Amino acid sequence: MSGVPAAVNTEVPRAAPASDAAVWARGLTKRFGPVLALDHVTFEVARGELFGFIGPDGGGKTTLFRLLVSLYTPDEGESRVLGLDPVADLWALRRQVGYMPGRFSLYPDLTVLENLTFYASVFGTTIEREMATIEPIWRQLAPFTGRRAAALSGGMKQKLALCCALVHAPSILFLDEPTTGVDAVSRKEFWDLLGRLRAGGLTILVSTPYMDEASRCDRVALVQRGRILRIDTPAAVSAAYPRPLLAVRGGDRLGMLAALRAHPHAASVWPFGATLHFTDDRADAVPATLATELTAWLAAKQLHAEVSPIEASIEDAFIYDMGAEAEAGRGAGAEAGRKAGAGAS
Amino acid sequence: MSAPLQHAGIAGTARAIDATGLTRRFGSFTAVDDITFHVMPGEVFGFLGANGAGKTTAMRMLIGLLTPTAGQATVAGYSVATQSELIRRNIGYMSQRFSLYDDLTVRENIELYGGIYGLRDSEIAERQDALLERLGLAAQRRTLVKALPLGWKQQLAFSVALLHRPRVIFLDEPTGGVDPITRRRFWEMIYETAAAGTAVLVTTHYLDEAEYCDRLSIMVDGRIAAMGTPDDVKREAGVTTLDELFLRLTRPGAAA
Repeated sequence: MSGVPAAVNTEVPRAAPASDAAVWARGLTKRFGPVLALDHVTFEVARGELFGFIGPDGGGKTTLFRLLVSLYTPDEGESRVLGLDPVADLWALRRQVGYMPGRFSLYPDLTVLENLTFYASVFGTTIEREMATIEPIWRQLAPFTGRRAAALSGGMKQKLALCCALVHAPSILFLDEPTTGVDAVSRKEFWDLLGRLRAGGLTILVSTPYMDEASRCDRVALVQRGRILRIDTPAAVSAAYPRPLLAVRGGDRLGMLAALRAHPHAASVWPFGATLHFTDDRADAVPATLATELTAWLAAKQLHAEVSPIEASIEDAFIYDMGAEAEAGRGAGAEAGRKAGAGAS
Repeated sequence: MSAPLQHAGIAGTARAIDATGLTRRFGSFTAVDDITFHVMPGEVFGFLGANGAGKTTAMRMLIGLLTPTAGQATVAGYSVATQSELIRRNIGYMSQRFSLYDDLTVRENIELYGGIYGLRDSEIAERQDALLERLGLAAQRRTLVKALPLGWKQQLAFSVALLHRPRVIFLDEPTGGVDPITRRRFWEMIYETAAAGTAVLVTTHYLDEAEYCDRLSIMVDGRIAAMGTPDDVKREAGVTTLDELFLRLTRPGAAA
């Protein structure tokens, strides 16, 4: 397993986790029959941190959150949340945890106000008493208090769910894919709210399939197929990209893709928004020189493009790490994808 | 992908989707308010908008599931108001939420859809083999769809929606939740489909994907607030990213 640069954080470390961590997990593993949903996951989240688990559906994010909030018990490994063991101390833990499940789980036939009042009463408190905590979200919900939850827009539903998860003033929040299926602007507003809660000192763990949301987190874990591929700050994830990366802009996208994949040093070529991203397999090459070389390569095929060296995004890093996993013999799907990316299929 | 598709009975330059003043009211609420747009054969058209802007209602009218209150539209040359049966036979539809039957095998799904679309058994058999070969799923034909990884399921759903070689395909958030490589492979399938002459109308919440479209529209409160090539709509609004444009159009007060 040595020589797998991507899987740096999945081994059980020798050192004991920091005792003041808000959350830690060591070798946490969960199976459902033959399916290994979570495969020896190890990480730590500091108090006050906004920590993101980024990755596609089916990667294990929901299973991990359910283990941490005491809804599942692990098959192997252990974890602590606020110093409490989710298996042994579940009742003490549940009072301190705010959890927003991935599927909308409020009462569709109750109004906004009724849902919120209900959740407050379950925890023996009232909306009035917790107003200081929920105030920023309450203000956005206020115009809709009489509306049935089912009749809210997607973005508003998510805000109500967040408000319900906060109404007992928890010390830590677990938000499982709070922005899935929500439009780009509502997603931005939701993250603005999380930023405000973080500034108030709350520890927040959030999962998302949207790679562009990584930049809103203090640190991120890239999650795929039950494993953590990498944990770091978003900037460090980008900076660690191990190959020269170039953006290619021009017409005839299919022709350009084929031409770039035929390049002898193409490690991978993928569409990225308005451009194509070309990763060169020569780690030590000078990006500016490569840009010139690539422009000439395309011109020889009557394709005219602007080529410029760029910094890797989280999504570039994720794709690279998926390929590294596949090379290490894991993840057949990623392997197939990587082959397509390199034009070898 | 496959050999170029032959579309009988429709000229190459005829509009695949042609909507004029299309409107739908529910009681006093106007969900789709006088929209006019078209999609050409071979074009990838991005159909964008915030949640609740009217995209789904518009799409339901275009696939013949909902009658317009006013205005008109043709899809694959047929009127949505009077020929919805013919439309459904000439379009494909795939949504993230529903596309294949989980409890049927890969093969059963293909045969079921082939039958619904009125293909002969020999056609189904032939296209099934080609489809599975292309997707690398030949060994999985007896696998239940629910046992497939999400990415494969979505590529299979897309191919099944193309089984009857429709002139127009509607993709409703086809790439939600899949990994970044699968998402890109999916878009390459879209390009190949368009290159073979099929018109593609696609909705997405990933604004980087909107950049992959030949043209796009952004709906706000039931109306089309911007339309054109990705470069054109950005230039007209004086912004550099679609994110910025989307924010400005959907939250006029909030734009920085």
